[in-house]
Amino acid sequence: MADAETSCSLRQELCKGLIRENPTLVGLLGMCPTLAVTQEAKNALGMGIATTLVLIGSNVVISLLRRVIPQAVKLPCYIVIIAGFVTMVEFLLHGFVPELYTALGTFLSLITVNCIILGRAELFACKHTVIRSALDGAGMGLGFTLALLLVGSVRELFGAGTLFGISVMEQNAVSVLTLAPGGFFVLGCVIALVNRIAHREPPRTAGCTGCPNAATCAASKGGCSQ
Amino acid sequence: MSILGIMLSAILTDNFVLSKFMGCCPFLGVSKKISASIGMGAAVIFVMVCSTAITYPIYMLLLLPRSLAYLQTMAFILVIALFVQLVEIVLKKLLPPLYRALGVYLPLITTNCAVLGVTLLNVDHFASSATFMEGYGKALLYALCAGIGFTLALVLFAGVRERMEYADIPKAFKGIPATLVAASIVSLSFLAFSGMS
Repeated sequence: MADAETSCSLRQELCKGLIRENPTLVGLLGMCPTLAVTQEAKNALGMGIATTLVLIGSNVVISLLRRVIPQAVKLPCYIVIIAGFVTMVEFLLHGFVPELYTALGTFLSLITVNCIILGRAELFACKHTVIRSALDGAGMGLGFTLALLLVGSVRELFGAGTLFGISVMEQNAVSVLTLAPGGFFVLGCVIALVNRIAHREPPRTAGCTGCPNAATCAASKGGCSQ
Repeated sequence: MSILGIMLSAILTDNFVLSKFMGCCPFLGVSKKISASIGMGAAVIFVMVCSTAITYPIYMLLLLPRSLAYLQTMAFILVIALFVQLVEIVLKKLLPPLYRALGVYLPLITTNCAVLGVTLLNVDHFASSATFMEGYGKALLYALCAGIGFTLALVLFAGVRERMEYADIPKAFKGIPATLVAASIVSLSFLAFSGMS
């Protein structure tokens, strides 16, 4: 029973970031990269993966050091740890995927100041165990990647008529969507769509009855008691 | 780049918020009132210029000669964190109303990508200048103008948002989505400046 309980809640740590607590579309964090690197779906995916790697690494290290870091200087400590991981990811991309490194430019270094990473460090990693923090980082990172990919695909498809560089409808492209105003516009519409879908769901009640995942969630089948 | 070119590109054509997408969080968060957005802009200008004044020499004189250029992100963010702390203490003492109006967004200047962005872009753009002083001067000017461009965008947008309070907006678009769509129209008007470059 104890095993089932742990694996159930571990899965929750991973899944919550994907949709229900999506850091970008629901939490409205990390707006700058969501707007800046989503002209093409390919760059959006690359940025999402790079951020996920940094998020997992920083969450693990901060969780390991959570009893060592003094309360008064915790923010500078977190930010130096994050900056270290960003530098590592920069080296990796520079070596293995140089074209992505060039396309992301300054925004690769700016992962350091992505509010999602500092937010997870402050809200989650400094209070939970290493495994949980790693899963939380992976889930939040994948949620961020999903949001970037969504915005990037819409902008590339309607702005340039291509998807991952493959021509789909180049005659009908509205090129302003790949420019700066299009970024704000598409992200606004995507968040409005998320709001609309979220309002349609039945109001969330205590327990599993009101939960949108009740059918698929192990908890409702007696997997664990919550 | 000529001096006029640096000023025009940093304030108008390559505006940090509206065409480079740096510093979107305070842009969307603090732009509800014109007075608060002017205070925020002033704080950002101060932090940008002061941190460039320190990070540029650190990069040119300390990191580059020892081929430690890869440590730039780590070194720069520490300098910025220090300055934000300083601004916070000074504002709390001298201008308590502004300090309260800025709220949580003041410590968040540390994680404002416009500030780290300007220090990183400065060493990218001007590290190859003929003399150290020429590059240093241009970097400081670029930081000042980037801050002015940020403030300009923030204040203009605050004016738009004060009017939007009274608009009848569909339920799903209330809040951030409507703000983003309005930002897209303001950004469209800044797109016209790109004809100048």
